[in-house]
Amino acid sequence: MSAEAVPVSAVPADPRGAWRHRMADRGIDRTLWLLLPAVIFVVALFVYPFLYGLSLSLTPGTGETGIFSNYAKFFADSYYSSTIWLTLRLAIPATLFNTLASVPFAYWMRGRFPGKRAVTTMLVVPITLGTVLTAEGLLNFLGNAGWLNRFLMLIHVIDAPLKLTYNYWGVFLSLVLSGFPFAFLLILSYTSGIDPTLERAASTLGASAWQRFMRVTLPLLAPGLATTFSLAFVMAFSVFPSALMLGNPQGEEHVIAIAAYEQAYTYYNYNYASAIAMVMGAVELLVIAAVQLLRRTFYIGTTGGKGA
Amino acid sequence: MTNTVTPAKQFGELRLDGVGRSFGEANALTDLSLTIQQGEFIALLGPSGCGKSTALNCLAGLLPLTHGSIWQDDKRIDMTRPERRGFGMVFQNYALFPHMSVRKNVAFGLEMRKTPSAEIKERVAEAIELVHLEDQAAKLPGQLSGGQQQRVAIARAVVLRPPLVLMDEPLSNLDAKLRLEMRTQIRRLHQALNLTTVYVTHDQEEALSLADRLVVLRLGRVQQIGTPRELYSRPANAFVADFMGYRNLLKSTISAVDGTRVVVDVSGLSVNATAMSGFSVGDACIVGVRPDDLKVVGPGATSDGLIVDGTVEVVEYQGREIVSEVRLPNRLTVTVRTEEDLHPGMRIRVAAEAGRTLAFADDNTVTRVPDLGVSPEAVAAGAP
Repeated sequence: MSAEAVPVSAVPADPRGAWRHRMADRGIDRTLWLLLPAVIFVVALFVYPFLYGLSLSLTPGTGETGIFSNYAKFFADSYYSSTIWLTLRLAIPATLFNTLASVPFAYWMRGRFPGKRAVTTMLVVPITLGTVLTAEGLLNFLGNAGWLNRFLMLIHVIDAPLKLTYNYWGVFLSLVLSGFPFAFLLILSYTSGIDPTLERAASTLGASAWQRFMRVTLPLLAPGLATTFSLAFVMAFSVFPSALMLGNPQGEEHVIAIAAYEQAYTYYNYNYASAIAMVMGAVELLVIAAVQLLRRTFYIGTTGGKGA
Repeated sequence: MTNTVTPAKQFGELRLDGVGRSFGEANALTDLSLTIQQGEFIALLGPSGCGKSTALNCLAGLLPLTHGSIWQDDKRIDMTRPERRGFGMVFQNYALFPHMSVRKNVAFGLEMRKTPSAEIKERVAEAIELVHLEDQAAKLPGQLSGGQQQRVAIARAVVLRPPLVLMDEPLSNLDAKLRLEMRTQIRRLHQALNLTTVYVTHDQEEALSLADRLVVLRLGRVQQIGTPRELYSRPANAFVADFMGYRNLLKSTISAVDGTRVVVDVSGLSVNATAMSGFSVGDACIVGVRPDDLKVVGPGATSDGLIVDGTVEVVEYQGREIVSEVRLPNRLTVTVRTEEDLHPGMRIRVAAEAGRTLAFADDNTVTRVPDLGVSPEAVAAGAP
């Protein structure tokens, strides 16, 4: 047989097959069906409740008119509108503290050293306890006759017990205790994603430890810090049990989640409660948007590590 | 611009005195003593795990010594922190700052030294020009190819005009063609700037072509220090010979000694060789011959060293020359590099002069072992 006589395998043209190839090229094929359970899950447990809540919040209560009447009521009543400020006043300092305090720990722990697992476990355990247990523990620990005050009085640092419960500090400390492990774990994964040779290179170029951190590590960590802050903030902003147990839930710690709960389950005003929940979501979105905008003005580009 | 290239800050010599580094029980580097003259290009050569990168990191100050000392002229520097040594370093993975442009990367070291910004601008532009990256200066490292990134890394190190540049396998992540190009560029840069350079590599060709002097390391110990020519023609032991391209390393026994001339028995084949260490009759040794020193000779030829008939088994075409595996009667194979036109199955006679046939003490370097070769019958019988 001569060489040029070798036939090209003669498959008849199949328009259906060609169409399938074109779709597969765009990432559309039968494996997409695997997404179905996730789609059902998201629609049933997030999209539907959200839209239902939104429509509830836009439904005026008895004797009211206008679709924004619930929102108008919220912003007109200072006892309710002040919850935004009261919650921000707790959530932002606590989140800032958790995020920033995690950086030195995570930076120090980015390499390998003996006992790393033990230290990580110790720092992370509070996350597993849940907020109610943490709040109860803190109530005992920080109370007037709690260990902390008794110890401080014993060593004569203070004469009268510090008031650390049923006020701002109780809730703040509870937010730190439950929020820090979360922020730390996230930041640790970001710091270990930064190539350690970058710092070695910086040191051969004459950068001191502080300069290496400020000029190399911190900029590369910036996107991670922004993400961590955003996630930790959302958690802190929805503070509920610790405000109820460690704060003054009718006064200075009348946080927005408590306000929504009151309306829903004390006054059975679901429409008003839904409007408060929507305001809560909007505030969270605004803060996250501000953080992302801020990070963009500081640093643009790839991170070299994960989380680009 | 007043001057295109300012020479590096000078020092007379850099002396490593019994430098060693242990990790727990393991000695990564043992007793390295070496004096580096200003302007010299030193290559540290050895297989992975031989301690060459450890030596480089000790020099850079990134790894504290456990033994010995390092002296820059009469100043002891082994306790000095890396940022104060002022040595430039080029890393294997480039280690460019991903969030800074090429220009910013190159300027980094100068900024750390609080150089005036006008001077920074001028020197950065000069360094970028030196590595031909003018068009990429505003890009981020992630947008560059491997070779371009490597050039940024080199520019970043040399812009400081460091007294010493340390290079850790800088070409190992590049493809073969680019590796050759960059090799020439590094040599050119070294000559143009009179940079004192310590270069780590596992590629003997790279080391031979770049370095003024080579340091061959094995398991943390220095095997030989010398010029490329010295190492190439007179390797100190079988390990160095292996690295220097003595591909024919054959396990043998000394059967007669006459000064530096010895007669060895290579699995039944008697060969005259040059002794590279003290031997007495009955000692185990390794005979080394380079493929280009094994000549294909006519049927009546004689030799004062090695002469043997064999069968051509494998032929690799390499341009002007061919490299061929030749099976000897004692079942060993040898590699021959020749311009003769060989083809598998040919019976030929190969010979090497006694002066080019070197007998080394047996240091457990991997040698050729006699085998049956892969004959069609052997394959059919299922033998390896």
